[in-house]
Amino acid sequence: MTTPAISVRDLHTRFGEVWIHKGVSLDIAPGEMVSLVGGSGSGKTTLLRQMIGLLTPTKGEILIFGQPLFCGSVEKERALRQRFGVLFQQGALFSAFNVYDNIAFPLRELQAFDEDVIHDLVLLKLAMVELLPRHGQLMPSELSGGMIKRVALARALALEPELLLLDEPTAGLDPDRSDSFVRLVRTLGEELGLTVVLVTHDLDTLAALSTKVAVLAEQRILAYDTVEEIIRVDHPFIRNFFLSERSARALQNVQFRR
Amino acid sequence: MSEARIDVQSLDDGGRNVSLSGRWTLVQLAHRSEALIAQLRELAAHPNVSWNFTEVRALDSAGAMLLWRAWDRTMPEILLARPEHLRILERIAAADEHQPPAVVPKSPFEWVMVIGRNAIGFWNQLVDFAVLIGQMLLCVVHLVRTPKDLPKREFSANLYKSGVLAMPVSALVGFLIGVVLSYLSALQLRQFGADIFIVNILGMGIIRELGPVLVAVLVAGRSGSAMTAQLGVMRVTEEIDALSTMGVSRSLRLVFPKVTALAVAMPLLVLWTTTIALIGGMVSAQIQLDISYAFFFQQLPKAVPMANLIIGLVKGIAFGIMIALVACHFGLRVRPNTESLSANTTAAVVTAITAVILLDSVFAIATSSIGIPQ
Repeated sequence: MTTPAISVRDLHTRFGEVWIHKGVSLDIAPGEMVSLVGGSGSGKTTLLRQMIGLLTPTKGEILIFGQPLFCGSVEKERALRQRFGVLFQQGALFSAFNVYDNIAFPLRELQAFDEDVIHDLVLLKLAMVELLPRHGQLMPSELSGGMIKRVALARALALEPELLLLDEPTAGLDPDRSDSFVRLVRTLGEELGLTVVLVTHDLDTLAALSTKVAVLAEQRILAYDTVEEIIRVDHPFIRNFFLSERSARALQNVQFRR
Repeated sequence: MSEARIDVQSLDDGGRNVSLSGRWTLVQLAHRSEALIAQLRELAAHPNVSWNFTEVRALDSAGAMLLWRAWDRTMPEILLARPEHLRILERIAAADEHQPPAVVPKSPFEWVMVIGRNAIGFWNQLVDFAVLIGQMLLCVVHLVRTPKDLPKREFSANLYKSGVLAMPVSALVGFLIGVVLSYLSALQLRQFGADIFIVNILGMGIIRELGPVLVAVLVAGRSGSAMTAQLGVMRVTEEIDALSTMGVSRSLRLVFPKVTALAVAMPLLVLWTTTIALIGGMVSAQIQLDISYAFFFQQLPKAVPMANLIIGLVKGIAFGIMIALVACHFGLRVRPNTESLSANTTAAVVTAITAVILLDSVFAIATSSIGIPQ
């Protein structure tokens, strides 16, 4: 069996007196597009932040491509971090840099290319997320919500990662923008052969993007399977989440897509 | 007619018929609610009242609450109202059923808990500060091994922002302080005929003590607050998280250049401000005491041994490192809300200035036998 892209093993998290996770285990195979869903406060974003090493779990471990993120060596950690890109909920663009410099930043950090190569690469990334070269001169404060997400996606993809983690990729976008963004992520994901992990509670995004769904409830992974299989699981949370009228509309597209 | 109106009609059987009319809305009631409340209460106190709302043109929850309170939080026995108005009153009645959350009684040992909480908080701050210093040392070790990671651009940007841009204001303040100090001392010295000692007072006071502390206070207010706010906002916008996920160390890229830039900028600013302050004092001494510039220049090296200048510059370095560390410490503590940002910025400036004064007194005691002319 191939090494899972992300492997979460018996993860426990406690905030003060409250247990957020109690024994979360999850293996995500390379090439999957996984949606992480759960009620608010169920620790989806916390789990994502633990995967990228911004939070450390109380107990348990997370392996990325079979390796722990914090292995004691700065070089190893950096090399591992280059293999995944993260899209934050608010984009988290560096507000002091313009769009061009934001995308160039990870490339410059690498200290492997000269400015000419970086220039070409940045323009390529801009084109990949369907932005024009002239957008490169804009400052993050001048961008619309949809454009911020695109630039952030371009920056996340700058180092050609194998794994892409998205935190609420369509939150705060109108349905039209959100649709086109989802389409963009899917095409890029398929073209580049990315493993995608996203946290969302938007069913349209979930239905359009994911090959598998991981349901986080009752402090553990309740189910991890394809959307069609998940709907059959008999659990109050899953019933509420997937089988309401609103959900049915969104999920119709799943069959349609295949 | 839109004003809220109350019409009272006395009936033969001793009862009263109260009919309300007009708009019973927040906007209408705002300026005369007290008079209405008093009138309604008086009417409601009467035993046999029937209420007629059919003429009411608009009733919102504020108006309904006014009535509800006048009725002592119960529905009156006889009430004539349109269904939509009745619904508002029913909603208020339903809301009354919810009990307000129980207030946990304060423990009699609350004050002990407050002291304990503050002590633990203070201890945590000290630990965090020690961690920050440790990270700086690790940065130095890392940079010695891999010099290409040196954050040159951030360093020079910080040097320019907190050093070069602070020059005009520190010159102005330095000059004025020099003038004031010289002026006040001159008044005293003239009484004893000890005019020429103005050089000693100004030289020792400004070079050894006033210059470094003055610059430190200015820089703490100027650059310290800016550093805290910058790091704080970067935390709020998740920029620091984004940096970490790209494998960029925040202590190396954000904190280290700030600390080193201030460690370099501060002694230079001290030198600059001290010079300007001495010039200010010199000008004032010439006008007040008629002490010539040439005499001032001649006398200064004799009155102030070289060691004092070195002490002043070393103080500058120490103060600079302290201000930057304190500012970064509080900047990294900012939680994602506006209250936390302002509280931490204030704390950074106040703590930095306090720490500088504290450090200064340590210097004063430690160097008490150095550089004092016999």
